Amino acid sequence: MKTVVIVGAGPAGITAARTLLDHGVTPVLVDESLRGGGQIYRRQPANFQRSAKQLYGFEAGKATLLHRTLDELATLVDYRPETLVWNAENGRLDMLNNGHAESIEYAQIIVATGATDRILPVPGWTLPGVYSLGAAQIALKYQGCAIGERVAFCGSGPLLYLVAYQYAKAGAKVVAVLDSAPFSAQCRALPALLGQPATLAKGLYYRAWLTAHGIPVHQGATLSHIDGEQRVTGIHWDQQEIACDAVAFAHALRSETQLADLLGCEFAWNALNRAWLPQRDAAGRSSVAGVYLAGDGAGIMGADAAQMAGERAALALLEDTGIAIDPRRPAVLEQQLASIQRFRHGLETAFPFPENWAAEAPDELILCRCEEVSVGEVRAVVDEGHWEVNRVKAHCRVGMGRCQGRMCGLAAAEIIAERSGREIQNVGRLRGQAPIKPLPFGVEVQP
Amino acid sequence: MALFKRLAETERPTLTFTLDGQPATGLLGDTLLTAVLTCAEHLRGSDFSAERRAGFCLMGACQDCWVRLEDGRRVRACSTLLEDGQAIRRDPGRQA
Amino acid sequence: MIDSEVIVLGGGIVGASAALMLAQKGRRVVLVERDFCGSHSSGVNYGGVRRQGRPLHQLPLSQRAHALWSDLPGLIGIDGEYVRSGHLKLARSHEDLAALQAYADATRGFGLGLQMLDHAQLRARFPWVGDVAVGASLCPEDGHANPRLVSPAFARAAQRHGARVMEQTEVTQVEYDGRLFQVRCANGVQLQARWLLNCAGAWASTVAAQFDEPVPMTSAHPAMLVTEPLPVVMDVSTGVEGGGIYARQVARGNCILGGGRGFALGPQQARPGQAAVLEILRNAGELYPFLKGAQAIRTWSGTEGYLPDHEPVIGDSSTQPGLLHGFGFAGAGFQLGPAVGEALAEIVCTGASRQPIEAFSIRRFQA
Repeated sequence: MKTVVIVGAGPAGITAARTLLDHGVTPVLVDESLRGGGQIYRRQPANFQRSAKQLYGFEAGKATLLHRTLDELATLVDYRPETLVWNAENGRLDMLNNGHAESIEYAQIIVATGATDRILPVPGWTLPGVYSLGAAQIALKYQGCAIGERVAFCGSGPLLYLVAYQYAKAGAKVVAVLDSAPFSAQCRALPALLGQPATLAKGLYYRAWLTAHGIPVHQGATLSHIDGEQRVTGIHWDQQEIACDAVAFAHALRSETQLADLLGCEFAWNALNRAWLPQRDAAGRSSVAGVYLAGDGAGIMGADAAQMAGERAALALLEDTGIAIDPRRPAVLEQQLASIQRFRHGLETAFPFPENWAAEAPDELILCRCEEVSVGEVRAVVDEGHWEVNRVKAHCRVGMGRCQGRMCGLAAAEIIAERSGREIQNVGRLRGQAPIKPLPFGVEVQP
Repeated sequence: MALFKRLAETERPTLTFTLDGQPATGLLGDTLLTAVLTCAEHLRGSDFSAERRAGFCLMGACQDCWVRLEDGRRVRACSTLLEDGQAIRRDPGRQA
Repeated sequence: MIDSEVIVLGGGIVGASAALMLAQKGRRVVLVERDFCGSHSSGVNYGGVRRQGRPLHQLPLSQRAHALWSDLPGLIGIDGEYVRSGHLKLARSHEDLAALQAYADATRGFGLGLQMLDHAQLRARFPWVGDVAVGASLCPEDGHANPRLVSPAFARAAQRHGARVMEQTEVTQVEYDGRLFQVRCANGVQLQARWLLNCAGAWASTVAAQFDEPVPMTSAHPAMLVTEPLPVVMDVSTGVEGGGIYARQVARGNCILGGGRGFALGPQQARPGQAAVLEILRNAGELYPFLKGAQAIRTWSGTEGYLPDHEPVIGDSSTQPGLLHGFGFAGAGFQLGPAVGEALAEIVCTGASRQPIEAFSIRRFQA
């Protein structure tokens, strides 16, 4: 029996499910995690005690509401937590839950697969004690832990300041915050950032709080390497160094687009995200009939936008199936989304992508941590005349490991572009293949 | 030694497990990653240099936190909750 | 207008080998490839480099290919991760074992060196094979390689010897003007030559049809998957008599498994692609118990061109002088490729191939 499937129970997926249900459509809601909520609004395990305020700060209200919505939905829709969608083929989704494989036919699908941190590797990044910014946040929010006793935060983007602040507030020792963006970049961005005053205010608040609490914040500071033998012992940047036992770093986020790829969606180069993204119209329709894209999985816009996009995509789906919706609502949502998109441009100005990263990456830097492929090995393949990213991958194995290029793919493209002299959007994109994540042997199959 | 430091939620029931055959304790609600990294400093050895790894993304994306359970199953430590009595084994990796 | 003696359509291992051999013999050759050389079937196949199991009339060509593979670095400049690990063809029943024995008997004169192993011998020599196998036939000098490295390397070697290789060049029109073949490409490039080699894989039947010798070619898409790096256990590449899940392990530890067509190990729906992948995941443990706890990290498929008799088309066109064919390898073209390329080059240079290829003539599809 064909049905509407929503993949991902973060802010976009939950809001889409709620919208569909409000219009009499009962979707299947599939989510890989245990308790849903996505990343920013990840729910702690059931037996944890901290309040929403402690976990989500200014976003406590939004988080609580979202979680309550999911709890209501759980009984009303076909909710499949701890379920991985690993393939899409011929109108069916292949799923894995607890060692059991199952497939369902869908009539329409809303892809709300979210994002991961965007990583530009730095020497020493594979050491125990080094994590992404998102990971550091998850350790705290989801497990009540700091990633170490003395933590350095590096990279750039609004998440950098937020997580450093959350750590310090929770009682962790934050030894330094290194923002690769110069202060001047943030000043330049101010006019655009004023478009979302509440968000801007929060960002400034975190920044100011850190300084007020004696935490060194270095701007225009690029992490050059992480020291340590068996674990982190310190970091170096711009002729400076500091001892620490944990590092969290990232440069903003990257979209999880593998499912959209398997669904056959057209991709296009997106300059703002500096990435290939599945194309979507203002309503969230992809290039494939019946496939809708909502949230950070098709371009980074943040949790608020994800909720709006989830609702907008659900409304588009309803419209496309001939179900009546409030005709004024789409325009309202699209206006709000457009405003957030302008703000995102401001953020890119405030926290610019470090375009010199590739040129400065040393040959010995391990680029692909799964396959242990160095920057030098990638450059050697480019020097042989290969520039297309899948071709380079075939020759040196970058992106061929368990994570299938999630951590290294974007960085690999930067190295290839820099070495070959081609523009970043002209080196191809890593092709997604099933399974979206590793599948175990001995899987039980539903006939 | 440990990598992770518990800052909150420390009043939770204790669970016992073994790590490479040695007894250890964690708390109800810990992921395997948390349980191991609050009493040890790595989760696995890398496949081509046997370098110590301790996960990276904590959200099931980087695939660098796989551990082995006694029943032969392999699981991602960051997205699997600790159960009482579990026997966790760390793969040492390989020098290629 | 690009003038040359030979135009090769298709930069897979067959076309690229032909271009290499022709260039080595001093001929002016242009190879035209729609994408990147070795990026299709030649680059995504299982990687088996084997003679065992081939129909008898393929064996002379396959033996010649075996000789060419023996100095792969000399031929293409890289080792391509080629190892003569041996090829162990497993039998799951005594009927299958008898079939392996019959093949060994029938092929005795060809120098494959096949060794039959009964259950006890199999368990002793290859203890990692699942107990469900009752015996096997071993071809000690068969092996496997990395097609993603090997196939493109043939094209680069051809280039080094003076062949012109044009990648990302889609052919839109092929004609014979009475003297020369005229080839037009989407990017405006035009080529002409006395000889045209049709090594265009899945597109090759279009060319054949255009020259009034259509062939009933179909496509198949085998399922393949690769595991994460695992402790190295397999010291031989495997096949299964009667069809099944074949496997090889590379030095870095990944296992590549293939299969999914024509065998029923349990109740299954008739679905292509991922159903076959799930079958491999579900059933591989029977033959390869060491896979317990392992993960598959990527699956893929290739497009294999099949003629109804599962034999390729190699040799002269039946209608057009100067046109040669080399296509339709039914998923078994990787090992043969260099010898087929050589055979086509020999036809151009001397009028005939040294290895017998009459069995592969396109004429067999004409009434």
